[in-house]
This record gives sequence, C-alpha cells and structure tokens, in this order.
Amino acid sequence: MSHGQQASTVKERSHIALNNEFLRKAVKFTTERLRNGKKKATAEHGNWEEWRERGRQIRLHTIAHLDYYLNQFVENARANGVHVHFAADGKEAVELSMKIAASKQTRSVVKSKSMVSEELHINAALEKMGIEAVETDLGEYIIQLAGETPSHIIIPAIHKNRYQIAELLSKEAGETLPADTSILAGFVRRKLREKFLDAEIGMTGCNFAIAETGSMVLFENEGNARMVSTVPKTQITLMGMERIVPTFADLEVMATLLPRSATGQKLTVYMSAISGPKRDADADGPEEMHIIIVDNGRSLQLGDPEFQELLNCIRCGACLNACPVYRHIGGHAYGGTYSGPIGAVLTPALQSNVAEWDDIANASSLCGACYEACPVKIPLHDMLVYLRNRKVEKGYGQTAEKIGMKGFAAIMSNSKRMRSVIKMGQIGQKLVARQGMIKTKIGPLKGWNSVRHLPSLPNQSFRERWETLEQEVQASNPAMSDEVRERMEQALEQRKNEGRHHG
Amino acid sequence: MKVSLFITCLSDAIYPRVGEAMVRLLARYGVQVEFPKAQTCCGQPAFNSGYWDEARESARTLLAAFEDSDFVISPSGSCTGMIQHYYPKLFEKDPIMLKKAKQLQDKTYEFTQFLVQVLGVKDVGAVFPHKVTYHPSCHGSRLLGIKEEPLALMENVKGMELIPLPFAEDCCGFGGTFAVKMSEISAAMVSEKAQHVLETEAEVLVGLDMGCMMNISGNLMYQGKPIRVMHLAELLYEGVKQA
Repeated sequence: MSHGQQASTVKERSHIALNNEFLRKAVKFTTERLRNGKKKATAEHGNWEEWRERGRQIRLHTIAHLDYYLNQFVENARANGVHVHFAADGKEAVELSMKIAASKQTRSVVKSKSMVSEELHINAALEKMGIEAVETDLGEYIIQLAGETPSHIIIPAIHKNRYQIAELLSKEAGETLPADTSILAGFVRRKLREKFLDAEIGMTGCNFAIAETGSMVLFENEGNARMVSTVPKTQITLMGMERIVPTFADLEVMATLLPRSATGQKLTVYMSAISGPKRDADADGPEEMHIIIVDNGRSLQLGDPEFQELLNCIRCGACLNACPVYRHIGGHAYGGTYSGPIGAVLTPALQSNVAEWDDIANASSLCGACYEACPVKIPLHDMLVYLRNRKVEKGYGQTAEKIGMKGFAAIMSNSKRMRSVIKMGQIGQKLVARQGMIKTKIGPLKGWNSVRHLPSLPNQSFRERWETLEQEVQASNPAMSDEVRERMEQALEQRKNEGRHHG
Repeated sequence: MKVSLFITCLSDAIYPRVGEAMVRLLARYGVQVEFPKAQTCCGQPAFNSGYWDEARESARTLLAAFEDSDFVISPSGSCTGMIQHYYPKLFEKDPIMLKKAKQLQDKTYEFTQFLVQVLGVKDVGAVFPHKVTYHPSCHGSRLLGIKEEPLALMENVKGMELIPLPFAEDCCGFGGTFAVKMSEISAAMVSEKAQHVLETEAEVLVGLDMGCMMNISGNLMYQGKPIRVMHLAELLYEGVKQA
C-alpha cells in the first residue's frame, strides 16, 4: 500500500490484512519473538520501572526546553563543521535535500534506515530527479524492491515471510535463490557493496542528537549505516526536531532503553556517534556533512497538554509488538508512515487533520498494552481517547453515532429511565431470545453475532432483585468483627491523611 | 461506615448474579452493603467514543448516588478504572464537580482490591474442585494495577487447579464500542483468545470484568464449547457454599 491513505478506511484496509494468512502469520511470529525478547532483556537488566521513569524524565525535560537544546546542538554541530538546515515541513526538507544532491551532480544515493525519510517520501523525489535511491537496511531494501512502504517502525518487512522475500530477491538476482536467510543476506550484501562504492551521497536518519557535543547517533545491526556514513563523500542526515538529548550521560539511558525495548538486545550491533565530517587525521568519513532538522508537524504538539508527550517517543516499536490489534492487522492497515498505537496517534497529530484521520484512532480496544510497553511511558491509550474527543468537539462525529450518544445520555442520566429501558429489553427480547441466548444477525447485532452469541437479559435486573436480596442477606448477616472494622477505619483514616495512590 | 455497591450497567441488566455473589460474600465479613438506586453507568461508552458531554451526564448520577458513601465497590476493573483514571479529566473544567470526582476516585474500589487491600482477606475459605483458567482484564490490571489480588484469592481456593492462560495479558477484543465499530478486528481478537482458553482444557474461565467475559463466552457459545464463564466473585461465593 503506497500513499493512498485517504482513499480507504482503516476498516477496509484491515479487512484486506485479516484475509491475508501469510501476513498474519509473519506478523504474529516476529512480534512474539520481539516482545518475548524484550520481556527477557528487561527482566535481566532489572529495575526496569526506574529506568523507564528516568527515560521519561529525560525526554520530558528535553522537550520542555527543546528551543534551548536545539540551539546548543546546532551551535556545536556547526562548530564541528556540519552544515545545519531547518525544514518547516516535508516539502522544504525534500527541497533542501535535492539542492544538495544537485550541487554534487549526484547519480546515486545510498540510504540507511530512516523513518523521517519515509515520512517525507524522499525516494520518490530523488527518482523524479533521475537519481537512484538505494535502501541499504535489509528490510528496507526488501520493501523497496516490492514497491511498498514499511509496515513496522523497526522491522519494515515484518509482513513478509522468507519465501516471499526469496521470490523478490530472485527476481532481482535473475536466478532462483533458495529461501535460506544466510544465502539471501549474502546476495544482498554483495549487491549493496557495489552501491556503497558508487554513491555520491549517503543519507541517514538520526536516533539521537547530543546537544552538548553536536553529535548525531545511529543504532543499527547490519553495519549498513556505518557504510552509508563513511564511504560516500557527502552525508545528509534527516533528523526529526525532537531527537535531541542533552548529554552523552542521557544517551546512556536511551541506549539502555531503546535496544532492549525494540528487539530485546542489550545493545545494537553497531552504535555510531558522528560529530562532524572527516578530519585530516581520520581514515574515512564524509568530506561534507549536512543535517536537516525537520519539523513537519512536530512543533504543533509543543504546548499541547494532551499530545506534547508524543515528542518523547524514541521509535523503538515496542508498542507495535505489544499491541493486540497490530498483531492481527499489521502496519499497512494503519495507512500512514507510522503504524501501530504510536502511528494511530502520531499520524493525525503531525498532520493536524483530525477529520480525515478520524478512523485510525478507532482501531484500538484501549487495552493499554502500548503504554505498558513504552520505555518512556507515553500514555498512548489516553491520547487515542483525546483524539476521538477532539474529532467530536470539532463537529466531525458521525450522525448515527451522535444520535446514539444523545440517546445514551438521555437514558443514563436518569436511573428510572435506565430501569424502564432494561424492562423494555426484557420484554422485547422474547422475539429473539432462545435458551438464554440471542443469535440473530440483524441490525447492530450483525458484527457482534457473526462470531458470538449474545446473552439474553435475565427476568430480573439487579436493581429489581435488590429489595428481596437485601432482606435475605440482612436476616443471615453476622456482625462485623472488630478486626474488619479496624481495617476499614484504618483505610478511611489513611485516605484522609495521605490520599490514595491511583494506578 | 457506609459501603455501597456500584453494580455497573452490564451486571445490573445481564449479570445480576455477580452483584448478588459480591453482596453475599461481603456479608460473611459483616460488611452490610447498600445499593443507591440513583446510579446508572460510569459513562465509559460515551467517553471512549469521544462524547464527553454525554459521558458527564451519566457520570453525574454516580457522583450523586455515592456522595455520602465511605466505600464504593464494583465488580468491574474497567468501570472502576473509568472513575479512578478519567473522572478528574472529565470534570477538570468544573471545580465543584472535580472535587466530587476526586472524592469518588478516592473511595472507589474494585472488588478484589477491597477484599484484599482493605479487608485483608486472601482466603475466603472456598472449595472449588475444578480446572480453572484466568483472563486478567486490561483495565483492571493495567489502569488499576490489580495483579496480585485475584491471584492471592485464587491460590487459596481449595481443590482448584489454576491453569495459566497462554497470552493471558492480550486483550480479548471487547473494548466496548470497539467490538461494534471495528467488529472484524474484534472478531479476530476474541477468536484467538477463545482458542487460547480452549488450549488450557479448563472447565471454567474466570475474570474480573463482565464485558470481557461476555465477549469471550459469547464466542465460546458460538463455537458450541461448554466452558463455564464466571466472575471471580461468583466462583468464590459458590466455593464458600460448597465448603
């Protein structure tokens, strides 16, 4: 699925995914592996809750003082000889990149994995200029060959199994390659080696930017980002404006949180901190280095009490791996660059077009697994509700739902009305209820009853039963023991003095 | 001390036996529960859909009904979570109602929280000679942090074999209006959950939220699988009667 996100609804897209057995198996297999890896790695590391809280505080502090740290970063990066640019939106970021590419008479760009570059659709722009753009992360390379977009923040080709991948790579190789991961990886390695040597420009993303030194940091497992950032003569780094951490000491916390949350690794195979272009004494590295700091909707979250914490995200993908909805529908069903719970909130927030994107916020049961998995404790389950609320407040609610909710309020604002509605249900259901169950698939029951039976209402609701129940219980009630009384009084006293801790 | 039952609309209309089990179980400790009839629903269906004005209308009935209660006890982690986690947000712009919301937040307990944390009861003296598996509902376990309490209560039930549910922490796909709005995704989720329940070969599925239980049992009934689905309060009360 390319950029046709407005063309269909999340319902239609998830319908396609739910009927794709390959996709569902592949996504389940890998997300299970990743989340089990995370569980193991975080347990082994110990004190995980404290680490999460520390990570959250660093991110909260940085974002609250983002202007200060961005300035510091830019000053230091420039002092290191880096050309720093600012792009207010995707269009500007693309134009800046194209200008640099044109000035170098570029024919080929090698890229390491970058979600920001996906957000900007930079490959399409490069190709339009007749420049070859080659993804060098294995997963990104695969989906580039397939003409698709990533369906996971860190595992772009998570929706494909190795047989599908072998087929794609065989086409590229011009011969049939066996579905053996080491043979397939070997083919890609040979192929990409030539591309690294040919390219005039290496383009990277940025996991973190260190304000105190002006360095940019990359986490990766394949060594391709190191090739991209050392072989070509020019490096362009695309960086979301919120990627900053103040110091290397803060990076240590992020380096503890990110790989463990993403894949269950203690550390990624490579972690590179790059503080500028090649110096005289360096054996390798780019002669020229550019960092493009991209806003593209991020600053809209600043000062918004409900969504500012979105900028704390470190793009580990743990919320995707934990999400029971993602597990079944994969990433493309979300329809945007970012998928899963973070994508369901981030996409509408960055684009600030609540009306058009209203439906992805609905693709969540609000179970909170995303929040529990998040290494910096972003309350995504709350944000999903806030998003739905904004849609309604701005008048984009669906008419049928609006009427339904008015009805809900009318019934639930008055217990007598609620009681009579239950009574009507008890009588009305006689047409459709059999043996304590309702199986009809008409009207609003269609979706529910296509895989379930609905229990019918018992003859007496609790409130109808109450008076007799109360009498029966009173008749056999023992007196409260002193111990129970004391414990209850203690709880009351404690509440009065300290309040209660709410989860 | 006034102890009130917040029955929740689902238990009121569909599962009154859950409320009855709670009332009878607490009565054994001399806790006389009362039932303020002005209560309706916590407002969650409207709140989660983004209709906060409508949610407030419903929430006001609870604030009024429980105004002079000392303890409010509910058989649902989800509805308790709505009060504890979202009522202050819902009334953040109304200082008078916000104060009432915070008072209700302080005195509301999910059933196992009250039993274990307040009364200090971990063994109700129940006997239940069956194979049981437990689905920890998302809102109870994640929003309220109720993890130890139900396990402590279940471990002390004599004769009961508790079989771990695979992928227990995964949502069953209920999610209130989610099950209707995104019925196809919800169907995939509940079908997988039911499959995991069947894999345990348990006779009974127990939980703390009747929304989730209605969802999973609905699918099990649809598949024609005779697994009994119960709220933990029901299981404990039945076990006490058998003891």
